[in-house]
Amino acid sequence: MEQILEILEGLHPEVDFETCKTLIDDRIIDSFDIVTLISDLSEEFDINIPVEEIIPENFNSAKAIHALIERLLEDE
Amino acid sequence: MKIKKILINIVALMLLLAVIIFLQELFMPKYMSEIPEGNLVEEYYSEEKKHDVIFVGDCEVFSNVSPVTLWEKYGITSYIRGSAQQLIWQSYYLLEETLKYEKPEVVVFNVLSMKYNEPQKEAYNRLTLDGMKLSKQKIGAIKASMMEDEDLITYIFPLLRYHSRWNDIKAEDFKYVLGKDKQSHNGYLMRVDIKPVGYIPKGRVMADYSFGDNSYYYLEKMAKLCMENDVELILIKSPSVYPYWYPQWDQQIVDFAQENDLTYINFLEVAEDKIGIEYDKDTFDGGLHLNLSGAEKFTEYFGEILRSDFNLPDHRDEEDYKSIWKDKTDFYYAMKEDQERELKEYGYLKSYGAVAQTIGGSLDEE
Amino acid sequence: MLFTSYEFILFVVILFVIFYIIPKRFQWMLLLLASYVFYSFAGLGYLAYILATTLSTYLASWRIGLLQTIQADYLKDNKEGLSREERKTYKAQIKKKQRMRLVFCMVFNFGILAVLKYTNFTILNINSVFDLLKVGRNIPVLSFVLPLGISFYTFQTMGYIIDVYRDKYPYEKNIFKLALFISFFPQLIQGPISRFDDLKETLFSAHSFDAMNISFGLQRILWGFFKKLVVADRLLVAVNTIVRNPDDYQGVYVLVGMFFYAIQLYADFTGGIDIAIGVAEVFGIKLKENFERPYFSKSITEYWRRWHITLGTWFREYMFFPISVSKSMLNLSKRCRKIFGDAIGKRIPVYLATIIVWFTTGVWHGAAWNFIVWGLLNCLVILVSQECTPLYQRFHNRFNVLHTFWYRLFQVARTFWLMSFLRTLDCYRNVGTTFRMYGTVFTKWNWNEIFNGGLLGLGLTISDYIVLILAVLFILYVSLASRSVGYRQQLARKPLTMRYLSYFLLIISILIFGAYGVGYDASQFIYSQF
Repeated sequence: MEQILEILEGLHPEVDFETCKTLIDDRIIDSFDIVTLISDLSEEFDINIPVEEIIPENFNSAKAIHALIERLLEDE
Repeated sequence: MKIKKILINIVALMLLLAVIIFLQELFMPKYMSEIPEGNLVEEYYSEEKKHDVIFVGDCEVFSNVSPVTLWEKYGITSYIRGSAQQLIWQSYYLLEETLKYEKPEVVVFNVLSMKYNEPQKEAYNRLTLDGMKLSKQKIGAIKASMMEDEDLITYIFPLLRYHSRWNDIKAEDFKYVLGKDKQSHNGYLMRVDIKPVGYIPKGRVMADYSFGDNSYYYLEKMAKLCMENDVELILIKSPSVYPYWYPQWDQQIVDFAQENDLTYINFLEVAEDKIGIEYDKDTFDGGLHLNLSGAEKFTEYFGEILRSDFNLPDHRDEEDYKSIWKDKTDFYYAMKEDQERELKEYGYLKSYGAVAQTIGGSLDEE
Repeated sequence: MLFTSYEFILFVVILFVIFYIIPKRFQWMLLLLASYVFYSFAGLGYLAYILATTLSTYLASWRIGLLQTIQADYLKDNKEGLSREERKTYKAQIKKKQRMRLVFCMVFNFGILAVLKYTNFTILNINSVFDLLKVGRNIPVLSFVLPLGISFYTFQTMGYIIDVYRDKYPYEKNIFKLALFISFFPQLIQGPISRFDDLKETLFSAHSFDAMNISFGLQRILWGFFKKLVVADRLLVAVNTIVRNPDDYQGVYVLVGMFFYAIQLYADFTGGIDIAIGVAEVFGIKLKENFERPYFSKSITEYWRRWHITLGTWFREYMFFPISVSKSMLNLSKRCRKIFGDAIGKRIPVYLATIIVWFTTGVWHGAAWNFIVWGLLNCLVILVSQECTPLYQRFHNRFNVLHTFWYRLFQVARTFWLMSFLRTLDCYRNVGTTFRMYGTVFTKWNWNEIFNGGLLGLGLTISDYIVLILAVLFILYVSLASRSVGYRQQLARKPLTMRYLSYFLLIISILIFGAYGVGYDASQFIYSQF
């Protein structure tokens, strides 16, 4: 979880990623951020995030991202 | 509650329609101070419809023939269903419509329009067609006349055409929104001014002089219509020297008349010697149209032919005609007086749609 | 059939009557029939293309769906017997088969689009190269007439098949329903580009006569007519004068043209979409919005989220994300990180994907270099502003202006002019001419012409300008007023007389001030003595 927060903070240091639950809905992170995020996440966790998973539910909060990573790691 | 809603909607719709109809009347050009030709077709409907002769055709009938003269000299009643650049199919449909209202003895058609096989100008279509009452004939005429960019619906609802006058609305549009004053004398548009014939260029040589199929189609239709309604059709070439009337064209009409057992008279041939038209005095635009004196001369000559060869009656002693035509004659001479006054005062007919122009504008016709 | 034509109005009226008379279960079928009738007005032969797209997509989706079912059954039946690895392998196999169907379908349909739309362009370019290399020959030019809406329906349909492949939703079993989704007539002319799951409910369900819906739909249609006829078609005259005569209208006129075009395009495009959405609404069908007050955007990225929204969404969903997070891209990114360092490496997916997407966006708009250049310039501006973000951050940390009215105004103005500037490539249709015109803005000082009546020489009179100004102000007002609640909803709360008065005034202004029909030209009557 910390790695995720670290990566997120690297993108937008001014945002409080621990509590925010509307990252996508409020446009706090945009499409470019998502791509960079995914790039960093797959680098960090050595996983592959398929396009189908790029939906608001999976990226609206750090927790959601965490859940996504867990699930993908499991399926591996 | 629902009924109430529906009622409200119906009322609102009626109101909207009323406003739109009012706007339509407002926006339609009134043709009072300019281009009086626009009123010609419309003026027929309020007439007492008993005429011995009906004239159809273009300006060569509405400028060259005077029904009041026909009445005064021969007691023959007539009406000119003419309009600017009236095309032959428009003449046909106007005739068909007229025959719904009355049965004249004779119909006279000026054959100049045979030269136009296709629709020509939207502006002239409007001058002729807008004045027609909505009828099967009007629809037929519209369909035959429409140019590429025209839509039938804009003739049914002319607001769709004239809305673009929104920044051109003049005082006269308001003044005449409920009704207009008469401008013609049974379809004759009076002009007393004079502009002598200058140089008339001879028609340029053409590759093919034959009239188009569409023109013949309507000419035949007209002949058939007259035959079916027991009406005598006379084809004429009015004595206007311009546009140029080719001998090849003349021959085609001579042939047609012969084949269909119709009378054809080319009045150009007898204009100067027999009718007595003096082209330096009797035209107001250099030969395209006759003025009042020219029209009266021509009408008198033609009237004699109508009386003797076609046995048209003399109604001058009949009561029901006398009062109607007395008013018409009064109106006629009053306008003549007024026009002569204007001519003296301004040098040109200011209130009668004349433009203070120096050139007769028709030379780009050919 | 144009939206603003008598035929279209008649078409919708007749369809409306039939739609609410027939039994509700036939309504969607009627819409399908109507859409094909609408389509055939553009040319009966062109139906073949949309039918080919429908059929090929249906077959592909059916096969993909079939494979999905086979997979589900197999995995269920063999729940116990399979190991993790075996499951994965099996799934991968099925996926491969599905991908094959998908690729076939996409190649076929994008292929049709590519051939019809870009053959001429390609040949012209090859010929230019030939001429450059002094090769004697030239390939004869082949020009095709495009079937109506092909750019829109192809993209919409391909979005559908990709979604089916991604198992976003099950495929549509009824080919006729799919056919309606593809050919639904309000969307054919200029979108919006819909997603199947957005339309599925509303398109095929029963629609009862709902006075509120219909009233809203009609209002929306009227609004679209107002924008198109009163503003767009009127301004078009002036825009064309400037743009078709680049040698006569330079310097300040280029800016005037830019500004006018910005308004004209907005009125025309959003007006057309209003009519499309309004017509659908009249039949009880809700389409997605395509514009959201785009000229109030504060940055170019925001602009592209508010202008032609459905196109942007399509490109993001089906091109940007797939490319930027694909395995090959991430691998490339990894290698770049090793060679060039982290900073560059992690930019690779975003940048490459952006460039590809914008190149394609440009190409989608038209088969000409000016569109491609336009696309790439948009891309350039986006990426540059992306790079400048830390700079902006520092500026805003120093000077606390970010949320002031004036700074926001500056942002809006900046975005507006930047986008208008780029859009000029659309106007002159020629890259060289466009840049030459940009140049004259700085080299030719003819500002005084604006104040000397230059604007009256563009084909519009003073009264036209007055109408335009009033109409644009009105559109602006409605736009701003709709920020919280839709304008129609607000209107619905007002008293009856006010509502009906508004409708009246709108209808009358369209009828009177609309720039449609044969103009009354008094000069035609000068030689009226005939």
